Amino acid sequence: MTITKKYPRNLLRKDAILAAIGAYRDRFFSWLIPVGAFLLSLAILSIVIAVAKVSPLVAYGALMRGAFGNQHAIATTLIHATVLIFAGLGIAVAFRSGVWNVGAEGQILIGGLTSAVVGIYVKGLPIYVHLPLCLASGFVGGSLWGGLAGFLLAKYRVNEIITTLMMNYIAMYFVGWLIRGPIRDPGGSDVQTFMILPSATLPIIYPGTNLHAGIIVALLTAVLIYVLMFRTSIGYQLRAVGINVHASRYSGMRIHLVQVSAMLISGGLAGLGGAAEILGAQYRLRDYFLSNYGFDAIAVAMLGQLHPIGLVLSGILFGGLKTGAATMQRMTNLPSSLIYLLQGTVVIFVVSATILQTMSARSLSRREERRNERRAPE
Amino acid sequence: MSDALLNSLIIEYLHSTIRIAVLIVLPCLGEVFLERSGVINIGMEGAILTGAFFGVLGSAITGSALVGVVFAVIAGAIVTLMFSVVVVTMRANQIVSGMAVNMVALGLTSFLNRLIFGVRGIPLMVAGIDPFPIPYLSNIPVIGRILFQQDVFVYLAYVLVPMAVFVMYRTTWGLKIRAVGEHPEAADTVGINVYAWRYRMAVLNGIMCGLAGAALSLSQLNTFTENMTAGRGFIAMAAVIFGRWNPASATLAALAFAATDALQLRVQGFGIGISSQFLMMMPYLFTLIAVAFFRGRWSMPAALASSYARESD
Repeated sequence: MTITKKYPRNLLRKDAILAAIGAYRDRFFSWLIPVGAFLLSLAILSIVIAVAKVSPLVAYGALMRGAFGNQHAIATTLIHATVLIFAGLGIAVAFRSGVWNVGAEGQILIGGLTSAVVGIYVKGLPIYVHLPLCLASGFVGGSLWGGLAGFLLAKYRVNEIITTLMMNYIAMYFVGWLIRGPIRDPGGSDVQTFMILPSATLPIIYPGTNLHAGIIVALLTAVLIYVLMFRTSIGYQLRAVGINVHASRYSGMRIHLVQVSAMLISGGLAGLGGAAEILGAQYRLRDYFLSNYGFDAIAVAMLGQLHPIGLVLSGILFGGLKTGAATMQRMTNLPSSLIYLLQGTVVIFVVSATILQTMSARSLSRREERRNERRAPE
Repeated sequence: MSDALLNSLIIEYLHSTIRIAVLIVLPCLGEVFLERSGVINIGMEGAILTGAFFGVLGSAITGSALVGVVFAVIAGAIVTLMFSVVVVTMRANQIVSGMAVNMVALGLTSFLNRLIFGVRGIPLMVAGIDPFPIPYLSNIPVIGRILFQQDVFVYLAYVLVPMAVFVMYRTTWGLKIRAVGEHPEAADTVGINVYAWRYRMAVLNGIMCGLAGAALSLSQLNTFTENMTAGRGFIAMAAVIFGRWNPASATLAALAFAATDALQLRVQGFGIGISSQFLMMMPYLFTLIAVAFFRGRWSMPAALASSYARESD
């Protein structure tokens, strides 16, 4: 007896398609959701732009030219992307571990601060010692800043959303106070620190532009985080705790340790982002350096589906939007903050899509149940 | 410095503390109720900003500041209604969605501001809400100036704070709201509609944010500028937490934060040698210390920031 005798042909085909979707469902959605969310947001943005009697194509043309039009534009895009990728990786590690770190903003600032302090005040080291030391101190600074929230969460069950949110502003004003007092360059008329030493600077990798080696470090870090999260037992534990704390506890994982590690890694990555910007692009701390990157990075992480590959792509995309927005404002008179509309709608669509994913999973399993019921009598 | 001058300085300082506090108290009250029902709205900043813009828009179109306030309230409510569709019905992550609301609000208000009012050197001034000294009460020495020579938003807050306390702790509504935020499953079992209450609280939060936005743009500055809220939504969030999700304590926290803010603006005037950066850090630092060290008494609503799914759907 062949199968085709028992089941009508069209049903078989439908089942096969459903099974295929089922098997690749996660992979399917992990591409469909961000791409769909971005296209939908772009459509909404186009309508908004058209309302302003500007052709969306002209606006996007200006945006693209500003972001990728020439080598300087691409360099600036990648410089912005560097910070976003670092901080986005940090957010991804935390979110995947079920720790809601919304403090990347503060962790970036502290990472920038510690790397700058080491870059300015530690003297007499060769570049191959000084530069890694500065990057490491950026990582440690952000790591401790984030780790405090992780410690309070793990040890005392203090909600990490609250602590990280508060620590953003504490970091902002703390750095603001430092650069006005203790570490201010008294010679300058602006509120700023001294320049970091040449031995602490990230080298320019594309002569003629400002593109610094930070992007390479960021890409290598993305690979490292991929390996850590998906190919090691530490990553397995982080993800397991993120998916189900209780099951992980019963299977013997030390939840507290996992949560603290998640915040240490997460904060450290954001701190590296701040360090890369200071050591590679700004060379000193100024007032309000790097403001809003920590929040932008949440959008980057969500669009990148909390996956290092997706993150690199969305980091470059959002870096481009940040860069191109100024050109768009100059050429079409649309405000550059309009890209925040795109960023916000993208995030809303991505997070709303999770319910579609669960719904489709549920309807698939229901179909499966019904099919099994049909089969059962035989 | 003469005593009379110092006295008047202090009175003016307290007067402006109240003025600043109202911008924090209003959204804070709304957020206390929303968080007590189990939803955290980090997007308050965005709702206030939207309220501020539509307040100015309404006032500019009709020439009446009162219509502006109505516009602001409706706009604020629409923002949080959309937020609640995403987080309550679609069960999306509340933190990330709240952040997204801030982004959308910043982008949209900047865009509409430029589109409707254009780029101008001098900001457009619209009809605003003038201070309204309450007859007789405003003539009381010292207290009259501090408390009763304010605008209607401040008087509204005087009424709303006790009302909020009463509703929260002395009515079945308050009990239901708290039940929904502590244990939604149990509340659902006894027939309380979890979704409906969360929607109501979200809209209430939006109305309060809209009012705060109108107070900012129509009563204090009479114009709109990009990102004019400058973190007030987050200060309100800190006040909610510092006030342990209790409307009365949250109001006190908001007053204390406003007092630091007002002091920060006057550091030089008072001849105090504290950096203003340091003062501005205080609200957040105190909130962090409070939740970290007095955590036993700082327990948040149990179901905060988690979405509720009925088993039956």
